[in-house]
Amino acid sequence: MSAATVNSGYQSETHSTPIEHRFNPYSDNGGTILGIAGEDFSVLAGDTRHTVGYSINSRYEPKVFDAGDNIVVSANGFSADGNALVSRFKNHLKWYHFNNNKKISLSSAARFIQHMLYGKRFFPYYVHTIIAGLDDEGKGAVYSFDPVGSYEREQCRAGGAAASLIMPFLDNQVNFKNQYEPGTDGKVKKELKYLSLEEVIQLVRDAFSSATERHIHVGDGLEILIVTKDGVRTEYFDLKRD
Amino acid sequence: MDHDPFRWGRPNDQHYGQYNNAIANAAIKYKDGIVIAADNLGSYGSLARFTDVERLFPTGDNAVVGISGDISDLQYVSRLLDDLEIEHNYDSDGHQLKASHIHEYLQKVFYHRRSKMDPLWNSVIVAGLDDDKPFLKYVDLLGVTYSAPTLATGFGAYLAVPLLRKVVDKEEDVANVDEETATNAIRECMKVLYYRDARSLDKYTLVTISKTNGVKVEKNQQSKEQSWRFAKDIKGYGTQVV
Amino acid sequence: MVILSPTLQQVEYALEAIKQGSAVVGLATKEHAVLVALKRNAEELGSYQKKIIKVDENLGIALAGLAPDARVLSNFLREQAMSQRMIYNRALSVEKASNLLADKAQKNTQSYGGRPYGVGLLVVGYDETGAHLFEFQPSGSVLEYVGAAIGARSQAGRTYLERNFESYANATKEELIVHGLNALRDTLSQDKELNSKNTSIAIVGKDTDFTLWDDDDVQPWLNKLDSTSNARTSGGNNGGDDDNDDDDNNNDESGDKSETKPEEENSEDKMETD
Repeated sequence: MSAATVNSGYQSETHSTPIEHRFNPYSDNGGTILGIAGEDFSVLAGDTRHTVGYSINSRYEPKVFDAGDNIVVSANGFSADGNALVSRFKNHLKWYHFNNNKKISLSSAARFIQHMLYGKRFFPYYVHTIIAGLDDEGKGAVYSFDPVGSYEREQCRAGGAAASLIMPFLDNQVNFKNQYEPGTDGKVKKELKYLSLEEVIQLVRDAFSSATERHIHVGDGLEILIVTKDGVRTEYFDLKRD
Repeated sequence: MDHDPFRWGRPNDQHYGQYNNAIANAAIKYKDGIVIAADNLGSYGSLARFTDVERLFPTGDNAVVGISGDISDLQYVSRLLDDLEIEHNYDSDGHQLKASHIHEYLQKVFYHRRSKMDPLWNSVIVAGLDDDKPFLKYVDLLGVTYSAPTLATGFGAYLAVPLLRKVVDKEEDVANVDEETATNAIRECMKVLYYRDARSLDKYTLVTISKTNGVKVEKNQQSKEQSWRFAKDIKGYGTQVV
Repeated sequence: MVILSPTLQQVEYALEAIKQGSAVVGLATKEHAVLVALKRNAEELGSYQKKIIKVDENLGIALAGLAPDARVLSNFLREQAMSQRMIYNRALSVEKASNLLADKAQKNTQSYGGRPYGVGLLVVGYDETGAHLFEFQPSGSVLEYVGAAIGARSQAGRTYLERNFESYANATKEELIVHGLNALRDTLSQDKELNSKNTSIAIVGKDTDFTLWDDDDVQPWLNKLDSTSNARTSGGNNGGDDDNDDDDNNNDESGDKSETKPEEENSEDKMETD
């Protein structure tokens, strides 16, 4: 408090240095997303709860989008940034079509998103981004990004509020981590194999209902976007609303 | 609570920027449209500074914008809405200025300003009828948006939303609610807000938008049948310590 | 110094450039709008110049005149359509698109050192007020039509449309395209015919995003034309204007008359027009 201010007798309770006010341009809108690649399909799922603090703003605010060209995309975290990123991506995709007269490949889309994210390296989009689709060979593919554009292709990835709850489950159930052939005394790892679409959807539903139990920012509804060579389709399942 | 006599009653850190403040407005969808209400109080810290602030702005033919937060920014936004309407009328090409268009525009303005670290310190609810379907969507100083069958800003998020969700919990419930039920629910919310939110008034404006009656604005509504008998039972505050 | 004598000389040249370009035809009902265009190649081994450009899911243009100028204008429209979608979450209305073009072009007619755009456009699109067709001219004039044709020998196409517009008011999109092709065919000189190489077709309308067909995709539509071997609709009605139907419900351009004179299909001019 500056010297010009009159002593109030409550001096000990007040700050001795001036209070700095700074606007915080970010918030956390909760929610979680999950992408899994299969042999000839991929899925990208997200819950539909939108929160801030302890409040549920909306029980149905979708955050996984069909961007066109058989690519689905979601940016989870600060929802204003997430929406800005997705709509900017869709827009650039339109211009890509004008200029190149062809569909964009998933790998090109991924590289492009890296540039969109890194372009705001010093005022980042506060989001965990995942895109899913099919690669040039028609195999399922998932790419995941950190907020400033570092990215890699993966078999599966969870992002957002409950990522740390879901990811170990995925390691075990998709990539068979810590799974060994029975009777080999932990010497022979269980062989990797592609999961069927039915298995993947069941896995996603289990992951989200478990996350809903343990995480307050996850729940209400689950929307799964499924990409196959025939296009994108959506499935919806209720989650607990408590 | 900061008891320093020199700070008591002043806008606190959380409310930095909002020297003139207006809180809480509540809205609900029903089968033929929407009902929205906002009280007429403009506070200066804990001082009830203005008691005739109009915070609901009918815009276009079938939309209303409810604004809470800093009042100077509120007045700026209302001028933006006037400009928007004027520009739209210049076009005169038979197209409607819909609630969804207004919301998208405001979201861009708010997100742009937050990205310049110079936010407009408001929370906004845009309500209306788009192609005869109820539209209700929120946007705030961060550019965060969400839509739900019931919405409220400020204290209303804690007090009004739970009451309104008893009437319409899911989007499907909207079809079963008539105008009277919706209006009564909103009026009840305004009363509860007046009971429990110190920075509120029992005088409010109520706007109903429906297919049959268009935009109906009812000003100077008074919260009726108030009962303050519970007050004598409250202990532990002010002079009544035991 | 701008001399009005009584018309703007530069604008007259620009309008002339349109007539050098190959013909494009547009038609609109309440629900659909169609563009058909005749493409030209500068030489036998060269590719054909694009005549129809998509602007947005609900909007597209066809050009006659200087193709580079049309690219500038279509890019401008794409940006405008994008900002409407980004800022307001709505499609650019066809009328607004046309008026934006008109304003942009009109500025050129008044500024010193500039030149008017040397291209005419047919703007088609679908919005909440239905399907629309506008004709844009470099003078900055924009008018709405149910049928329009611009470019070389386009009077013949207009004649066809004038005779048929009442019958296609409620046409299906298939019928509308066939009418368009018939009108376009009438603009051809005796020794030319429509084929999959030189024809472009585009449609936009209710539940139909802007779709452009070229090359092999055009052939099925050409097959729908009168089996009379892709020939003129009626004997003797070709190329030039045939009777007294010209201009009365047409626009105010004096230039139409000049088209009744036989015109060089590929005139050797300073400017290359398409």
